[in-house]
Amino acid sequence: MFIGNIMQKFMISFLLVISLLVNSGLVNAAADLDVNTPAISALKNSMQSRHAQLAAHYASGAIGLTADGLIAVRDATALPLKDRQGINALVAAENNDRNALYKEVAAGNGHPEWQGEVRNIFAGRWIDKAQSGWYFQRDGGWVKK
Amino acid sequence: MKSILSLLTLTLALTACVTINIYFPAAAAEKAADKIIDEVWQLKDGVSTPASKPAESPAK
Repeated sequence: MFIGNIMQKFMISFLLVISLLVNSGLVNAAADLDVNTPAISALKNSMQSRHAQLAAHYASGAIGLTADGLIAVRDATALPLKDRQGINALVAAENNDRNALYKEVAAGNGHPEWQGEVRNIFAGRWIDKAQSGWYFQRDGGWVKK
Repeated sequence: MKSILSLLTLTLALTACVTINIYFPAAAAEKAADKIIDEVWQLKDGVSTPASKPAESPAK
């Protein structure tokens, strides 16, 4: 009886401390994700300078945003002849950066397993923020925004 | 005493499981995504400058 009482009190305080620790961790994680790691900054800069080349192709419909947070060639005939050769490399380079970005956002916050969810969130936000006239994928088909 | 110890280890093991299964902070991820996309597409500082051509399209 007495031992049982002590044990109970001990267990309760132990659980309380643990739950406090877990909770504070959750609160921190929920408050913000760190996106200022050197790796993420480098990827952002790389994508930002590439966007100068990509912007016109989004607008012409030559490329579009995919449902998995990447980009793809949609209609190569919309490209000026001079750009047709390089478009695949440009798209591949952008997708490399995007994949690395999703990985870094997850890993940089201590949860590499979040990569898929981070990708899904980004996929939705790229499309939300796209200019009207740009194309994005929905249910396997291209939709003009 | 032995039962206390075994209970302790059991609790530790259980809480370890709980901490590993931390939920995905979707709202924070959206915020992070917005921040990054705004920078990559220069949506925030491009607003005031006439650099973006689509804004100049004539009204119908």
